[in-house]
Amino acid sequence: MGELEKTEAANLREETVAGNGLIHRRALLRTALFSAGIAAASAGTARADDSVGADAPEWMKTPGKPFSAYGTPSHWQEKVQRIFTIAPGRAGTGVSRTPLHLLEGTITPAGLHFERHHNGVPDIDPGKHELYIHGMVKRPLAFSLDALMRYPMETQIRFIECSGNSGIFSQPQAAQVTAGELNGLLSCSEWTGVKLFTLLADAGITKDAKWVIAEGADAAAMSRSIPLEKCMDDAMIALYQNGEAIRPEQGFPMRLLLPGFEGNMNVKWLRRLNVTDAPVDARDETSHYTELMPGGKARQFMFAQGAKSAILKPSFGMSMKGPGLYEISGLAWSGAGRVSKVEVSADGGKSWGAAALTGPVLPKALTRFRMAWNWKGQPSTLMSRATDETGVTQPTRAAWIAEYAPGQGYHFNGIQSWDIAADGTVKNVYA
Amino acid sequence: MSTLKFIFLLPVAALLLFPRVCGAQSPNVGRPLTPEEIKKIDITVAPDGKGLPPGSGSVSAGAAVYAKSCQSCHGAQGAGKPQDQLTGGLGTLASAKPVKTPASYWPVATTLFDYIRRAMPITSPQSLSNDEVYAVTAYILSIDGIVPADAVLDAKSLPRVKMPNRDGFISWWPKPPR
Ligand code: HEC
Repeated sequence: MGELEKTEAANLREETVAGNGLIHRRALLRTALFSAGIAAASAGTARADDSVGADAPEWMKTPGKPFSAYGTPSHWQEKVQRIFTIAPGRAGTGVSRTPLHLLEGTITPAGLHFERHHNGVPDIDPGKHELYIHGMVKRPLAFSLDALMRYPMETQIRFIECSGNSGIFSQPQAAQVTAGELNGLLSCSEWTGVKLFTLLADAGITKDAKWVIAEGADAAAMSRSIPLEKCMDDAMIALYQNGEAIRPEQGFPMRLLLPGFEGNMNVKWLRRLNVTDAPVDARDETSHYTELMPGGKARQFMFAQGAKSAILKPSFGMSMKGPGLYEISGLAWSGAGRVSKVEVSADGGKSWGAAALTGPVLPKALTRFRMAWNWKGQPSTLMSRATDETGVTQPTRAAWIAEYAPGQGYHFNGIQSWDIAADGTVKNVYA
Repeated sequence: MSTLKFIFLLPVAALLLFPRVCGAQSPNVGRPLTPEEIKKIDITVAPDGKGLPPGSGSVSAGAAVYAKSCQSCHGAQGAGKPQDQLTGGLGTLASAKPVKTPASYWPVATTLFDYIRRAMPITSPQSLSNDEVYAVTAYILSIDGIVPADAVLDAKSLPRVKMPNRDGFISWWPKPPR
């Protein structure tokens, strides 16, 4: 062992933050040991060209493609697509998921935002669409898109998560599918629009008003009861997503944004806000999006998404390429506010070390965490657990399961685990 | 009143007391809606029956609507397949295999009317007449005996239907019960 390597080994020992090789991230940033990296199961193709005259790659020897009106991802990235459980192209009710494990950072590209439609994506003529506010208001009003454009706007970076996200963890056997399939009813965007407070103030809500019934202009006329408090707090009529007009799949020309609340309430293609004194027990707040507990009673109006995290790298479908230094990375989020802490374990939960939150750390937004891991090639179980600024920490899967009736999958936020085998393969396990 | 609740209600109170102040930033360019316009767009039905339209429908008329417009997706007598099961499952919610259907799970009958009228049949939503919606609602509820076989539902009788799981839901808002 040379001098340099000896110092590095000593440094690694010093930087230990938890058992089984978890070390502080600064070790990873400093060392040159980051040799192997984590690669997806399929490796890229190698170029073999050793003629001296042809040393430059081909794309340096011919002019590139022309300018384009609207750019698309590199064709090398064509595998990065939404994940379907039913074949794409089918309308009606269903979902497609964000391939979280193939993305980095915290913002979801608009075209990869998860979808949950109850009867297809409507093609709404923005010139004919209006937002109606009526019910317990002094001045019932209609707002065209042009009218809304005259209002002061604000921008919020917020996640939207379907309350059915990760429901698959309630199944008795751990599913061997990608992290995107497990957790991809989750996306995060920069939303810009008009504060709902301002529009409700224009309409003048009356004294006994307590709820707002939101309705979409889709072929399901999707409808939910929203507490007035939320509408007056941080709710927004979102018109833009990541700087461009909101995508049809996300509610073009406008959607309701209720930061931190379960996805279904963020009504897309928003058409009508009916101010009332009571909730209406809409189909999607009774039949669906309610949580049956042991004993047969159900929770209703459990709106905020819980503190939650998932390791995306490594995850199912990837493999470790031999012992060495790796970066563990994933996402954490909470509907209650900011993520204050993410802890990672490499020994199945026996010991935990604090991961780096590599910014930005925004309330009700996806937060990226990273941790350095010196994997020596032994079988290991990786876990992550998030704590939010209200002090709530993710429960274990077992504790979560005990709260609900058999087979229920809404609002799952239990701790998730990956088993790393000695050969480097990654498996979803209930640990 | 708890501090939490108080904080939640602050903006509401502020708006009621000082509408001009809070609305100061607004260009106020909403178009006033007329009562006639509201009547056309307001399809919300509340559990107390508010919003239910005139009209009525019997179980027998509903059986015909169901056979023609619903059965291909929801099965004979709402037994399900290929799409959601609409009937049965009563008494299973506390069991090891809970079966959640409109009949076993939904707390109020008005939801059935509201949902069918706005969203079903899924291939041609908002195509049924109010009489047909009352009728098919009555038919679905009759299969589990929630309404009698000779029932006729209208704006008065529908909200009075007692669903088996009427008291099955506990509100988690603004916070869980103690
Ligand atoms: C072409 C197929 C199709 C037809 C025809 C159809 N439905 Fe449906 N129905 C569906 C689908 C799909 C869903 C689930 C929608 C969702 O989850 O958003 C559904 C959901 C429902 C539900 C809610 C079930 C639950 O447990 O939440 C009711 C009630 C219902 N349908 C009633 C009817 C009635 C009444 C008719 C006839 C007037 C009808 N449907 C015709 C496909 C159909």
